[in-house]
Amino acid sequence: MKTIISLVFLTLFSCTSITKMPEQAFSPGKQIAFSRDKGNCLACHAIEDGEYPGNIGPALKALSTRFKNKQQLREQIWDATQFNPETSMPPFGKNKIISSEEIDQVVDYLWGIE
Amino acid sequence: MALDNRFQASMMHTDTTALIHTIDFLLMIPYPKKSAKLIMGNPLWRRLSLILISFLIALPLYATPKQDQAAFRKHYQLVFPQLKLADYANGVYAIDEIARQSWLAIEEFPPYETAIEEGKKLFNTAFSNGKHYAHCFPNKGIADEYPKWSKTQGEVITLAIAINNCRTSQHEPALPYEKADMVNLLAYLSHTSRGKPIHVTIPKNDPRAMSAYEQGKAFYYQRQGQLNFSCATCHIQNAGKKLRSEILSASLGHTSNWPTYRLKWGEIGSLHRRFAECLTQIKAEPLPEQSVEFRNLEYFLSYMGNGIPISGPSTRK
Ligand code: HEC
Ligand code: HEC
Repeated sequence: MKTIISLVFLTLFSCTSITKMPEQAFSPGKQIAFSRDKGNCLACHAIEDGEYPGNIGPALKALSTRFKNKQQLREQIWDATQFNPETSMPPFGKNKIISSEEIDQVVDYLWGIE
Repeated sequence: MALDNRFQASMMHTDTTALIHTIDFLLMIPYPKKSAKLIMGNPLWRRLSLILISFLIALPLYATPKQDQAAFRKHYQLVFPQLKLADYANGVYAIDEIARQSWLAIEEFPPYETAIEEGKKLFNTAFSNGKHYAHCFPNKGIADEYPKWSKTQGEVITLAIAINNCRTSQHEPALPYEKADMVNLLAYLSHTSRGKPIHVTIPKNDPRAMSAYEQGKAFYYQRQGQLNFSCATCHIQNAGKKLRSEILSASLGHTSNWPTYRLKWGEIGSLHRRFAECLTQIKAEPLPEQSVEFRNLEYFLSYMGNGIPISGPSTRK
């Protein structure tokens, strides 16, 4: 019975289920940004070809036109609350959600997106 | 003990956090990016006066739960002008049209049917002293009245606690909150209350009731966990937006549809189990079902939802 219910549910909701990304093909920064147990930035931001992005934050592109330099972009990811105490963006560096090196890699990746 | 400390720490922190939330809330400012920069980028005297103004604006929120409720609803009215109060009983399916269709299909052969039947059986089974639950609950359809403030016990009594209080008064052992028997009883009592508008009261003649409400409210607005979110971050600030493929529901009506059969659980479970899961999601320490914190939180949320019909048991993804 349980499995039947689950199956019905699954088929009905399958449009929203997440397909696995071929993460090996990505640069390290992209992998971290896309991976659910690392940056999981797609939960809130549309980024390039990322599937099923959330829309809590703005699409991440052309960041070199929105930030003066990489360091500023890094600050936003390190602790977004410094710029907006009411932000919904987690303080990735300050709360050690991802490591300092991982943030650098994400910055490198994002900076290159047109 | 550890939990007590955690809670006290959060209570101390709350004043300012809750305050900031409530200011934006009252002014209906959608959490402006600018305000922070405004405060930071200004000379000290301007910063201080901004903060002072904030305090003055926030004052009304310390007044009455009625005013909290009005502000809470006003916010959602602006975000979801198409919704009537009763619609909030359907959670995210009130605002996610695609998922709603699948959900309505599921509700035609609801997976919680057996839970209601099991609950009914339990409800009508005699205790060893020959009495029944009906001895404590002469009218079954009572889920809309809970949680209740108990003056004698000095705490918030949820329906689950009331069930166990009934059992112990009849010399039966208490039921574990997360196990099937308790959830099934709740499913039955919720089913017999369907359509009744939630009406939770905060008695004026006992200041402890007000304080329990305030603690529940503080918990709701408290940022916590490694991700540094409050309940409000997701369910107020971003209600209607998508977290990945998941549309975030309004907190209004969050207490009406319980217990709920969730695909993710593969079974029917309680409101407090859902609370715990949201805490785990933000990498905060989950609290046990029926902890004081969760009961106060339920008290606050139920009061916000007064007037919304009981829709439990229900189904959710
Ligand atoms: C739970 C939501 C959430 C998650 C997860 C999240 N962000 Fe954000 N982000 C936001 C929001 C909301 C904003 C808008 C500005 C603000 O409120 O601080 C934002 C703003 C930004 C900005 C500034 C964009 C601009 O043009 O101003 C950058 C860059 C950014 N995020 C990068 C990231 C990266 C990188 C990750 C993952 C490592 C991430 N975000 C994860 C919510 C999120
Ligand atoms: C990171 C985002 C996030 C935070 C923070 C969060 N939730 Fe949730 N919550 C969700 C999502 C996603 C769902 C499932 C979709 C929905 O119904 O909103 C959900 C669902 C729920 C539900 C079930 C609603 C229903 O109709 O069945 C309740 C109740 C709930 N949350 C309460 C809380 C409480 C209380 C807190 C704070 C302790 C909290 N949430 C914090 C994301 C969050």
